[in-house]
Amino acid sequence: MGKDRKTPAEIKDLATYDNDHLVEKQNDSLSELLESDFLDQSTSRRDFLKVFGFSLASAALLSSCKRPIQNAIPYVIQPPEITPGKSLYYATSFYDGHEYSGILVKTRDGRPIKIEGNILSPFNREGTTARVQASVLSLYDDARLKLPEFNQLPVEWDIIDKQIISELERINLSGGEIVLLTSSIISPSTIKLINEFGQGFKNFKWVQYDAVSYSAIIEANSICFGKAAIPDYHFENAGLVVSINADFLGTWVSPIHFIPGYTSRRKLDNGEKDMLRHVHYESGMSLTGSNADVRKKIKPSEEKILLIDLYNKVAGKLGSETYPGILYREDLTELADNLIATKGKSIVVSGTNNVDIQIIVNGINYLLGNYTDCIDLNNNIKIASGIDSEIENMVEDLNSGKVKALLMYNVNPIYDYPDSQRFLAGLKKAELSVNMSVTLNETFGTGKYECPVHHYLESWDDAEVIPGQLSLVQPCISPLFNTRSFQDSLLKWSGNINMYHDYLKDNWEKNYFKYSDISVFRDFWNISLGNGIFSYPVSGNKLFPFKKEELPRVMNSSEKAESGTFEVIITESVALGTGMHANNPWLMELPDPVSKHCWENIASISINDAGKEGIQSGDLIKLADALILPALLQPGQAEGTISVSLGYGHTKSGPVCTDKGVNLYTFIPTKNGNRFYGFVADRLENTLEKRELALTQVHYSMEGRPIVRETVYSEYKKNPASGNELHKEFESTHKSLYPDVKFDGFHWGLSIDLNSCIGCNACVIACQAENNIPVVGKEEVIKRRIMHWIKIDRYYSDTPDDPKVYFQPLTCQHCDNAPCENVCPVSATNHSNEGLNQMIYNRCIGTKYCINNCPYKVRRFNWYRYTNNKAFDFNAVSDLGKMVLNPDVTVRERGVVEKCSFCVQRIQEKKLLAKLENRVLEDNEIKTACMQACPSGAIIFGNLNDKNSKVSRLFDDQRCYNLLEELHTLPSTGYLTKVRNDGKTDS
Amino acid sequence: MYNRKVRGPLVEGNKSLGQITSDIVTPMEKNPGSWWYIAFGISSIAALFGFYAIYITVSKGIGTWGVNNSVGWGWEIINFVWWIGIGHAGTAFSIFLLILRQRWRTSINRAAEAMTVFAVLSAALLPTLHMGRVWLAFYVFPYPNTRGPLWVNFNSPLFWDFTAISAYLLISASFWYLGMLPDFATIRDKTASKVRKAIYGFFSLGWTGSSRQWIRFESLGFILGGIAAVLVVSVHSIVATDFAVGIEPGWHTTIFPPFFVVGAIFSGFAMVMTLMVIIRRAYKFTDYITDNHMDAIARILIFISLIMGTAYATEIFIAWYSGNEFEMFTLFRNRVTGDYAVQYWGMIICNALIPQLFWFKKIRRSWVGLLVVSLFINLGMWFERFNIVVTSLSKDFLPSNWVTYSPTIIEIGVFIGTFGLFASGVLLFIRFVPMMAISELKGVVNIGNKKED
Repeated sequence: MGKDRKTPAEIKDLATYDNDHLVEKQNDSLSELLESDFLDQSTSRRDFLKVFGFSLASAALLSSCKRPIQNAIPYVIQPPEITPGKSLYYATSFYDGHEYSGILVKTRDGRPIKIEGNILSPFNREGTTARVQASVLSLYDDARLKLPEFNQLPVEWDIIDKQIISELERINLSGGEIVLLTSSIISPSTIKLINEFGQGFKNFKWVQYDAVSYSAIIEANSICFGKAAIPDYHFENAGLVVSINADFLGTWVSPIHFIPGYTSRRKLDNGEKDMLRHVHYESGMSLTGSNADVRKKIKPSEEKILLIDLYNKVAGKLGSETYPGILYREDLTELADNLIATKGKSIVVSGTNNVDIQIIVNGINYLLGNYTDCIDLNNNIKIASGIDSEIENMVEDLNSGKVKALLMYNVNPIYDYPDSQRFLAGLKKAELSVNMSVTLNETFGTGKYECPVHHYLESWDDAEVIPGQLSLVQPCISPLFNTRSFQDSLLKWSGNINMYHDYLKDNWEKNYFKYSDISVFRDFWNISLGNGIFSYPVSGNKLFPFKKEELPRVMNSSEKAESGTFEVIITESVALGTGMHANNPWLMELPDPVSKHCWENIASISINDAGKEGIQSGDLIKLADALILPALLQPGQAEGTISVSLGYGHTKSGPVCTDKGVNLYTFIPTKNGNRFYGFVADRLENTLEKRELALTQVHYSMEGRPIVRETVYSEYKKNPASGNELHKEFESTHKSLYPDVKFDGFHWGLSIDLNSCIGCNACVIACQAENNIPVVGKEEVIKRRIMHWIKIDRYYSDTPDDPKVYFQPLTCQHCDNAPCENVCPVSATNHSNEGLNQMIYNRCIGTKYCINNCPYKVRRFNWYRYTNNKAFDFNAVSDLGKMVLNPDVTVRERGVVEKCSFCVQRIQEKKLLAKLENRVLEDNEIKTACMQACPSGAIIFGNLNDKNSKVSRLFDDQRCYNLLEELHTLPSTGYLTKVRNDGKTDS
Repeated sequence: MYNRKVRGPLVEGNKSLGQITSDIVTPMEKNPGSWWYIAFGISSIAALFGFYAIYITVSKGIGTWGVNNSVGWGWEIINFVWWIGIGHAGTAFSIFLLILRQRWRTSINRAAEAMTVFAVLSAALLPTLHMGRVWLAFYVFPYPNTRGPLWVNFNSPLFWDFTAISAYLLISASFWYLGMLPDFATIRDKTASKVRKAIYGFFSLGWTGSSRQWIRFESLGFILGGIAAVLVVSVHSIVATDFAVGIEPGWHTTIFPPFFVVGAIFSGFAMVMTLMVIIRRAYKFTDYITDNHMDAIARILIFISLIMGTAYATEIFIAWYSGNEFEMFTLFRNRVTGDYAVQYWGMIICNALIPQLFWFKKIRRSWVGLLVVSLFINLGMWFERFNIVVTSLSKDFLPSNWVTYSPTIIEIGVFIGTFGLFASGVLLFIRFVPMMAISELKGVVNIGNKKED
């Protein structure tokens, strides 16, 4: 009893030690007592009576304890900045090697419990992605590495340091190569440190390696413009975006950076008339493709042909040199015309990791003059700077025995390097191998030394994601385990006695302080830490001329699709990304935005092909040896292609993700020197076995019901209410025998813009983190019992061959005439005087009548006890995992109904604050978790009684409607119609 | 008044009063035979399995059932409505026939009332188990409490339901028990065993058979009958409001209260028929429960079956006539066709078509015919409840929430358990309680017999 329940304060203190160790110790003392001679002696009648009496007394004593007693231990010395019950926010940066966001961390009693976007961060503004939101749970992951190890045995840092230093020295003296293999590093201070570290050795090499490579873009830009970089794409300046297999809203490069720009040009609030048009070519149905105005199917083998044809069409019209010969199967004249019409304001992107293709893309963009406003090569994105050939050479050198020492930081090549066996063989040849990672992964234990590093929420660091946009990483909790930051290790091993914190400060003082107008460095540092970011001017914008020399070489294609084969496309998963956070149960249970599938990966196959091959959803199909996946019939999938996603199939990255799905990294071939994310499956075999899919939504169609109302841009311009004619009609029929409900003070409402919601799922995880929503596991998802309070419904319309896709976030609508309220026999759900539909967990007896009577079916039932239940062995079972719980929100018991509360704890907090400060609550002051996380600003919360509030104005918008308004439920949630840009220019 | 040529005698075989007593009491006194022990063993095993399922449900949670985020109610609510329907028959049988002075009820009413009590007990178990926190079930009791006091929600049909069912159970049980007093006294007086004498003596509440007691007994019967008659109508009307008050397509319909009451009487009469056919054969009671009795029940069943058919047609028509797309979808595409067409057509065939076989006298007079048709009606009524509960919930307003539902073994186990409970109850009843109201039978022994002519 006692050991299961500890107060947060206790845990915080205990957490610095090994929890298990402590528990064991307690058990030890008990067993010692039992094993002592007091039981060993031959038992006399007297002893028997003694023991008997003692047992009886203790049994009586124990059984009379009604509830386990919980003690909160007060601080002996109260830290001045901590007020129990009050949250503190720290500005820091999320960077995991693939994804960057400027963030604020909410801490409660010293525990980080929630991540919010840092509104000052120009890169992501206030938005965050699901992975950033979920990263706080990874801090409390039991699979984290807890102490340094040498040959799988725990050792002290001092000893490990001594050994590594001496080995490095020895290797250095012998002239052996020392390689530092890291994920892409964007921290200027760390880069400086690595360079200094390298200077200490005769033969040192630093290789950056990304699990998913963007090498071709960097190489192509190097060839075309002489700058090896991924440019920044300014979707906010674009009028037309043509994307070929680039899922820039879901996975490509940095969605969190592109989403705000893209959606800012898709918003049509309050009569806005300007809208970006988006044409998308792709094989599988991606998140980006499902948001496109025009989506066309293409096979990977056709991509180059399309781009050559497009280049020629554009070049021909602009009077530039053409390379005729190859024509795409469709006429691209209209697309070329449109591109020329938006010259200088368009973006063409391709997601294929192929240098030739990227050169043609660059050529088209250059012809169109997009490099001035829309594509920025000066201020490039520094994420993903790994070059494929470098890692290839490195693995070659490893295997040839050239590399004597391999230091790995934040990489997991045994999982995500395609030829991991070769990597492993090479690794075994290195005399010194050190692995520095946060959490258990496949690479763990393959090297000699394990030097676990801090989670980013425990670390000091900085980041410069775009030149001039600096941000700081600061610890929000003292390290939970016996870990050490990577940078501190490097400092130690290079004989530097400084801590990285000082090094970092020093670096800022030397290099960035000069850009500030603050006179004292201390102030500058504190202000920068407070803001989390610091921007400094970068020297002038350079124009990069395009070098045409390579074009003639690349302007031909010998590729063609062979009939009877399937082209398999390997993509990142929107939920898991590269898979490095796979042991995070929130992310494992996050459905893919399009397929709505979670917990394992699947093979998406087109409905036509499935019909031909006799495959149904759930059939296990064999694409290659050792590649057997359940099939999913995916509307919009190009015929002859199959999409599979990365990130699953871990073998030893922790209990949550182990043996879930198949690891696709091993199927990635190298083509023309680059990793190519796809392969050709010669045959498709139906194994005739079936597996039930963990889908969170099983019906595709809206059945002609006006659930997502939509119109096209040209109609919208004529009449903003187009597509929403029903709203007026239904409003006019709203009559009741009862007087209207009046709300005197506040009347909370939520507006959701279906045009700017892209379905990215960030809100889902934000809500899960904020509201302590349990993870239920794959089996329960299959039983349709997922607990998410907000879900994003995805619908298809038109034909399954070429569907239109709709996303609709759905949460409690907080109806003013709520059907759930009057049916509860015990009044456990009722209406507040602020229009909130409230749930009283204490009172609920779980009749589920409210669930049945909710037309939106947004109520969730606690089918089992999800906390402290070994059957649901996720974060709510361990003491460590429970540290993420938000103390403002009750953890629900088995048998009660729960649902979205409009984040009532946040409403109360801000109301109290305003009251304390004796002022009126401002509009936009209260943000629900979903609203705050939304990178596209599609969700707006506020007071409907205030006619000037943003939400009121959106409710007055002609595009606004209530879901199922014909039922007279009078929801407090409004949706804005979806508008597709049909590209017709006449208005 | 009573045309013997048409209706036949109420008790056949020229019984003397003493013969009647011994005919009915004898089965209670002698060893019931191995069939009883086998049947009781099977029902006990079923009940034990049910208790195991209940144990799992309560200890682990309702997650052990097949219900989900969209279909919040499943088999147990279907079975609840079904049992309540069956529980209708006894009281309906007794009360309505009592009030209408149909004296042929006398040989059947006791068994029918017993069936009611056990069916309602089985039924009451199910919604209780369906609660997420069954240990807090007392929250639905409206009483001044120390929690505020927090009162129940008087708007909620579930509260009405709770009230109606508990009142119905109370009245039915009292009506049944008090009706047995003279018979218990008869056994007390007749038995040789001291133990039996003591037990039946205790339960007969000191019945002496004086005229004054008889007068009070008769008036109590009428008073309780009067109250129960109202409850018969109200209890299933209120169960119907569980659905009719809801907003779900296929639920939100005003036809439900009368439709449910008629349906309940239908299933109840069918269950009475099933039991009577069996008891009649097992105990050779053909002289008391005559072919004419069975014939009369069969005729009632035809009549109700026609009402049911009309109701089904009305439901369909109104769904179309309302023009409400959700209603139309539920009725036409999720019941008449679609995933649940089997259950829908099963309901139509079992409830509206098969009972039409009773137009043939041959079938009305054949025990196999009666048994088969009555079983089909019970199955059909189960399908009807399945249609109402599951098809509406599984595919309602937003297609994103559409799911299919199937029960788990635990859920089925609870149902089997209620069967076991019911069957065990009925078996104990026929073993230890006079199956027919001896005193009342004696009152009708001459009706329709030659002696009276």
